[in-house]
Amino acid sequence: MRKQLMKGNEAIVKSAILAGCRAFYGYPITPASEIAEAAAEYMPRAGGVFLQAESEVAAVNMLYGGASAGVRCMTASSGPGISLMQEGISYMAGAELPCVIADITRGGPGLGNIAAEQSDYHQVVKGGGHGNYRTIVLAPHSVQEMADLTALAFELADRYRNPVVLLADGFIGQMMEPVEFPEQAIEGQTPDWAVTGTAASRPNLITSLFMDVDDLEAHVRHLEQKYRCAEHLEARAEEWQAEGAEIVLVGYGIVGRILKAVTAEARAEGINVGVLRPITLYPFPVSHFKRLALRARVFVVVEMSNGQMLEDVRLALDGTRPVEFFSRTGGNVPSHEQVLDLVRNLAKRYSIAPITEPAINIDEERMANV
Amino acid sequence: MSSEQFSEYTVVHGRAKSFYERYDRKPELQHQTHFCPGCGHGIVHKLLARAIDELGIQDRTILVGPVGCSVFTYYYFDVGNVQAAHGRCPAVATAMKRSRPAGIVIGYQGDGDLSAIGSAEILHAANRGENITIIFVNNAIYSMTGGQAAPTTLLGQTSTTTPEGRSATTEGYPLHVSELLATLQGPVYIERVGLGDNKQIAQANRAIHRAVENQVKGLGFSLIEVLSPCPTIWKMSAVDSQHWVRDVMEKTYPLGVFCDRTKEAQPRRLPPEPPSLEAIPAILDIVNDDSAEASSAANKATKPIDLHVRVAGFGGQGVLLLGEVLAEAGLEAGLEVSWLPSYGPEMRSGTSNCHVRLSDETIDSPLVTAPNILVAMNEPSLRKFDKSVRPGGWIIYNGETFPTDCVRNDVHVLALPFTQIAHELGSARAGNMVMLGALLEVANGLPQSSIDAALRRLVRNTKWFELDELALSRGRELFRESFQEV
Amino acid sequence: MTDAVKRDRGLLKIDDQECKGCGLCVEACPPRVIALGEHLNHYGYRTAVYAGTGCTGCGICFMACPEPGAITVMRAVANRAAAAAIMSTGQEGSPSCASN
Ligand SMILES: Cc1ncc(C[n+]2csc(CCOP(=O)(O)OP(=O)(O)O)c2C)c(N)n1
Repeated sequence: MRKQLMKGNEAIVKSAILAGCRAFYGYPITPASEIAEAAAEYMPRAGGVFLQAESEVAAVNMLYGGASAGVRCMTASSGPGISLMQEGISYMAGAELPCVIADITRGGPGLGNIAAEQSDYHQVVKGGGHGNYRTIVLAPHSVQEMADLTALAFELADRYRNPVVLLADGFIGQMMEPVEFPEQAIEGQTPDWAVTGTAASRPNLITSLFMDVDDLEAHVRHLEQKYRCAEHLEARAEEWQAEGAEIVLVGYGIVGRILKAVTAEARAEGINVGVLRPITLYPFPVSHFKRLALRARVFVVVEMSNGQMLEDVRLALDGTRPVEFFSRTGGNVPSHEQVLDLVRNLAKRYSIAPITEPAINIDEERMANV
Repeated sequence: MSSEQFSEYTVVHGRAKSFYERYDRKPELQHQTHFCPGCGHGIVHKLLARAIDELGIQDRTILVGPVGCSVFTYYYFDVGNVQAAHGRCPAVATAMKRSRPAGIVIGYQGDGDLSAIGSAEILHAANRGENITIIFVNNAIYSMTGGQAAPTTLLGQTSTTTPEGRSATTEGYPLHVSELLATLQGPVYIERVGLGDNKQIAQANRAIHRAVENQVKGLGFSLIEVLSPCPTIWKMSAVDSQHWVRDVMEKTYPLGVFCDRTKEAQPRRLPPEPPSLEAIPAILDIVNDDSAEASSAANKATKPIDLHVRVAGFGGQGVLLLGEVLAEAGLEAGLEVSWLPSYGPEMRSGTSNCHVRLSDETIDSPLVTAPNILVAMNEPSLRKFDKSVRPGGWIIYNGETFPTDCVRNDVHVLALPFTQIAHELGSARAGNMVMLGALLEVANGLPQSSIDAALRRLVRNTKWFELDELALSRGRELFRESFQEV
Repeated sequence: MTDAVKRDRGLLKIDDQECKGCGLCVEACPPRVIALGEHLNHYGYRTAVYAGTGCTGCGICFMACPEPGAITVMRAVANRAAAAAIMSTGQEGSPSCASN
């Protein structure tokens, strides 16, 4: 298929429909509304359901209903809307229902603003709702990844019977880049646990209620086991010129793009720097950190939040390497010049030896099989 | 005692088929319900199970249970069961019915669940006229949590949170859900019934049957409100609480039909067959290889290109389109491209700008903070970005004269009244394309055919397309005229 | 008239394990042939007891009872064929309330 220039927000919807998604329930919020608008245009044509709900609370419970009925379904929202969805996300994780939630993060707290931030990290990666659950979180950094990771999100949601969040920001949502889709559309299979209003599905029950304490503990352990399994199998990251790098820049989403540009310039100046870009935020790609820590002298986390992912980086490194932090918030973007200056200073502070030969790039993209 | 004439008795009223024989999902006492003696929920359960039996829809039924005393509907009903969050049953039921229209989706809710926390969901499901059935059990109290006030609590009625009795001045008035919802155009059937005596129960039986039948016939949204006793929380005997429904509750909540459009309602049809999987890419406007629009070798870039372009101007000057045509042409020419519109704090006071990258190599950052070409469509935009232009870069400025204090000796400048020029060509709105023409001369390497293809894709109106083409070539000319000696 | 003609039209079965002794059936029964028993059942309830005669098979007690299967109401049929006919068409519709 020919690559087409397309906005990230539109790519999500097209990829979702190709991946068998046949229901979209949402409530408008900038900067995620375009996703609902694209779904309103395409979902009915593809034989699916589009419904603008009365609130995010209703929307997430419609997902609960759609998923209970065994239909691949999704919503899209941002900051305040995701806050409202947390109860429903917890219920879905508890009832083991798959769904995909695109969070095109805006500025917060409160009404904040509509500019891009990365401050929803805690509420989606750590699980903003109640109870012992996690959501799988994917963080695209390009329009192609908006498409690819949406398809992956549906796959993982079904495989783990758990909500999957696509955590992006307004830049990637608004940006146009060439994108290529799979040639063949997939049909979502009706799972055998779904309640579909048929004789075969009559014995089925969707619930997150376990009155007996031991039953609930067993359920929690079962969920936990799924999460452990995901941690082993699903963690993904991109290492960009990171092999042998002494300064490792860490950022996800649009920040990952900025860090690549910084790396190109810094390496041209002879600074041995590379990028580690988490693609899954939960499960966090801990092994990549551990491996790069063998060579790296310092890790630099750059975030459009006041240090939410920073905590996971520190946990991953477990005190083995110093972690520096650069943050912009409010909708401001870490400028490539600012980060480059920081890298130069760190190179001095840590007396990093100049690069003598070009670094080899292995494991550049783990996305090949996505 | 046997007799020839009456040799047999046969069961005429017994456990409904739609109930499990034994409640295996219940952790203990699996032969009886968890309800207190005399609880109205038990009776409503029986009426509903009976309706399901009578309509022969056990296999098709999806029961969405609430949070409240009746949270365990799935212990008892041998149908497809879904347990919803507190108050959200109508949203859950909506989605289930939309995706499984052949199913019979029944929501079961208490008065706390429906009229307090779930007031928005029920209002909107009713207003949309979802083809679902809601059984609304009003016992004027929160029973499961131990007797707190509900929106439906009667004036003067005591509860653990209205110890002196509900007062209109502090807690407002009892909420009349059926009357409220009957003001909407969405519902087809709304009736309030009671469990206050045998007659009321018989009517409740008929109403619940009808509400489910309406859905089977595809008529639309039906809701039955059932005034229901709660002997435990009301602290009355079962019989007294039954009478209290009839003698006291009914005065606040008169029984009757509040809305009945079943005669006029048009039965809904099942949706048409969905399109085949093969048809999906085309439905999504995804272009395939065979398309005539696929880029041809002739459109490929003729030399290495690495453009970092910032386009800025007022909204309406065509800032975004200029960038888009450039990016689309780059893609046509086989380059890596990105286009990013102004977003967030940049998007103030009606100004607009975009970042465009075209390169032979993978594009790291789509953000252009140091452009090698700045297209400034007005003076404020120029002043905002002129300092950011890389040494050796270009500024294409829409103005007769370039402001002297913006002059830098390390960048090239092309300043012309582009809007005026476009106006003379046919429309001031083509100013962006005259500027793009000039930009293409600067960039030098994108074949005109790639631009044509991009423009054809983005500008569908023939008149505009022709004008834009004219504007582009005028821009190229102007650049060449201005820099003949360079 | 023989003995047989006096035989009750209806017959009641009360499951004293499922019954919780709320007394709603006692209140509902038009011919007043149900009462709460003197003995406590296994769960400590004084359960409903059928007097043994006088049931008309109207089914009103069944509708008033909150438990799905605590009460089963039967009706006498003239012969096996009629019984089979009733069984095959399912239950006999809603109980009449004329007597209340
Ligand atoms: C979000 C949320 N808030 C509060 C509760 C606690 N809660 C459980 S049931 C209930 C009230 C139920 O009352 P009603 O709907 O009238 O049903 P009833 O128990 O009277 O049948 C409440 C407040 C909850 N489960 N979830």
